[in-house]
Amino acid sequence: MNTIVCVKRVPLTQEVELEIDPRNNDIRRDMLAYVINEWDNYAIEEAILLKEKFGGDVTAITVGSEDDEEVLRRCLAMGADKAIRIDPGEIRLDAFLISRTLAEVIKDLEYDLILTGVQSDDTNNGAVGMMLAEHLGLAHSAIVTGIEPQGNEATLRIELEGGTDEVSKIMLPALLSIQTGINEPRYVSIMGIRKAARKELRVIKVDELSLSPDDLSARTFVEELFLPPETEGAKMIEGDPSKVAEEILRIMKEKGVSV
Amino acid sequence: MGEIFVIVEHRKGEVREITFQMLYKANELCQKLSHDLIAVLIAGKDEPFLDHIRESADKVIVVEDERLRVFNAELHKEILRELIEKHQPFLTLIAHSAYGMELAPCLSIKSGYPLATDCVDILFEDGHPKVIRQIYSGKLFSKVSLKESEGYLITVREGAFPPDKVGAHKGEVIKHEVPVDLPDSRKQFVAFEDAGAGEVDITQAELLISVGRGIGEEENIAVMKELAALFGGALSCSRPVVDKNWLPKYHQVGTSGKTVKPKVYLAFGISGAFQHVAGITGAGTVIAINKDKRAPIFRVADYGVTDDLFKIVDALKERLAS
Repeated sequence: MNTIVCVKRVPLTQEVELEIDPRNNDIRRDMLAYVINEWDNYAIEEAILLKEKFGGDVTAITVGSEDDEEVLRRCLAMGADKAIRIDPGEIRLDAFLISRTLAEVIKDLEYDLILTGVQSDDTNNGAVGMMLAEHLGLAHSAIVTGIEPQGNEATLRIELEGGTDEVSKIMLPALLSIQTGINEPRYVSIMGIRKAARKELRVIKVDELSLSPDDLSARTFVEELFLPPETEGAKMIEGDPSKVAEEILRIMKEKGVSV
Repeated sequence: MGEIFVIVEHRKGEVREITFQMLYKANELCQKLSHDLIAVLIAGKDEPFLDHIRESADKVIVVEDERLRVFNAELHKEILRELIEKHQPFLTLIAHSAYGMELAPCLSIKSGYPLATDCVDILFEDGHPKVIRQIYSGKLFSKVSLKESEGYLITVREGAFPPDKVGAHKGEVIKHEVPVDLPDSRKQFVAFEDAGAGEVDITQAELLISVGRGIGEEENIAVMKELAALFGGALSCSRPVVDKNWLPKYHQVGTSGKTVKPKVYLAFGISGAFQHVAGITGAGTVIAINKDKRAPIFRVADYGVTDDLFKIVDALKERLAS
C-alpha cells in the first residue's frame, strides 16, 4: 500500500485577531505562527496507519516555499518515508494551480492511494483534492471518515450531512479527501523531527515541469478581503464572574428554563 | 438568451433544502440578467419531487436511470459535462455539500470552467460574476473574481440564501438520455448508516450545555458534565470535541451532527464555525462564553460573555449551591 499525502502549511488563526494587509488581498502574516493544516494532519496519520498495517511507503508532498518544508519534516517525523516540495517560485497559487502542479509530479510516481485533507484551514476551498483526482483520471471520494482496504479495492465510510454516513466500495488506485476525526494523529517531538532530517526531501522547481502557460494561470483571484459586515451581534454581559453567572441564571429563568 | 443551471441535490427520495436556496438565488440572477433558469435533475426513475422542482424553474432537464438513484460523482460529472457542452450555461450552481464538494472540482477540470467554492453571495460587476466567500473559518470575507470563460461553476453554502417560494413557474420538462457510453463507476454504493444514534437525544433537550475546543482538555469534560447535571440540561458539543474522541458523536451539534432547538443554548468555548451555527438556528436563546472577543459565535448569539469559561462555570456552580 503506497500512499501519497498532499499537505499544506497554514497560519494558526484560532483566537488570533487577523489583520488585513495594506494591499487588501491578503492577511498580515508577519506575526502569525504556522502549523500543518488540521485535515492534512489526519490524512498523514491515516497513511501511516495503513502503512503500519499493510506495508508500503508514504510520500508527503507540498507546493510551497522553503518555509513550508517544516510541515514535510513533521510528516517525516510522524513516519512518512520521503517528502517532495514543489517550489512554485513567484507564481500566485489557487486551487487549480496547486492541483495542476501536484498532478504533474504525482503522475510519474507509484501509488495505490492519494490522500488530501477535505479542505485547508486558511482559504476553506475544499477543491484541490478532487481537482487532482480529475487531472490524474483517478477514482475519488470526498469527506472520508474510514478506509478499509481489501486487495485492489477499499471500503469507505463517507460523512454526509445530518448524521448520515455512506458506506461505499472504491477501486484502487483512488484519491480520497480525509475528514477530521478519522483517527488520532500521533504526537511529534522536536527530537523526532531532528531524527527525520536524514530522510529524503526532494525539491522540484515548477519551471522544471512541462507545464504550459495555460496550466500555470490561476482561475480564481482574490480581489479584496474585508471584515465580516457588522451585525447586531450578541448583547455582551459585563462584570465579574459572579455577576455574569447571576445574569445568565436570570436570562435562563426568563426564557423558561428553571434550574 | 443565456442560461443558469441549478443542480438539484436529493437523497433518499427527498430534495435537500439547499436546492431551493440555490433556486432562490438563481431566480434573482435570471431576472437581473434575463437568463433562463434550468434545474438539472439527475436521479432514479420516477422520483416524487419533480413537480416541486418545476415550480421554481423555467425548465427542468431530467436525466433518469436506476444507476443514478444514489448520487455518484463519477456518473454525475460525465452527464453534466455533456449537458454543459450542449447548453454552455453562464452559471452552474452546485451545493457546497458532501456531494457537491466531490462533484464540482472534478467538473471544473473536465469542463474547463473556473470554479468558486463555498460562496455566500454572487454578484455581477461589468458583466462578470464575482463571489463572496468566508475564509479563516469566517473571521474574514473575501471577494473573488474568476478567469474569463464562457461559463462558471459556483458552489453555494447551505443557508446563504432563503429557500425559493415555490409556485411562480411551471417549468417545462426536458428528458435527456443517459449517454450510451456512460462508464461503470469505480465507486459502488453499499448503504446509508446513521452515524449519530446514542443514549442521549440532544434534539429533545430544553437546555443544552454545549462545549467546544475552548475547554482545552479531555479532563474538563467531567467539569462540564457536572454543570449539565446540576442544571438538569443535556451535554452537547461542537465537532472538534468529537474529533478528539472526548465525547461520542451523538452529542455533536451542526451540519454533520444534530440540529437542536432548546429554549436555552449555553455555548462554552465554541468558536462558531458555520457548520456548528447551522445546527442551532432553531434555538430560543443562545448565550456564548468565549475568551476570543472576535469569535464568530458572538455574531449569532443573543448574549455574549468574553471571559475564561471555567471562571463562569465555577461562578454558576457557586450561585446554584447558595
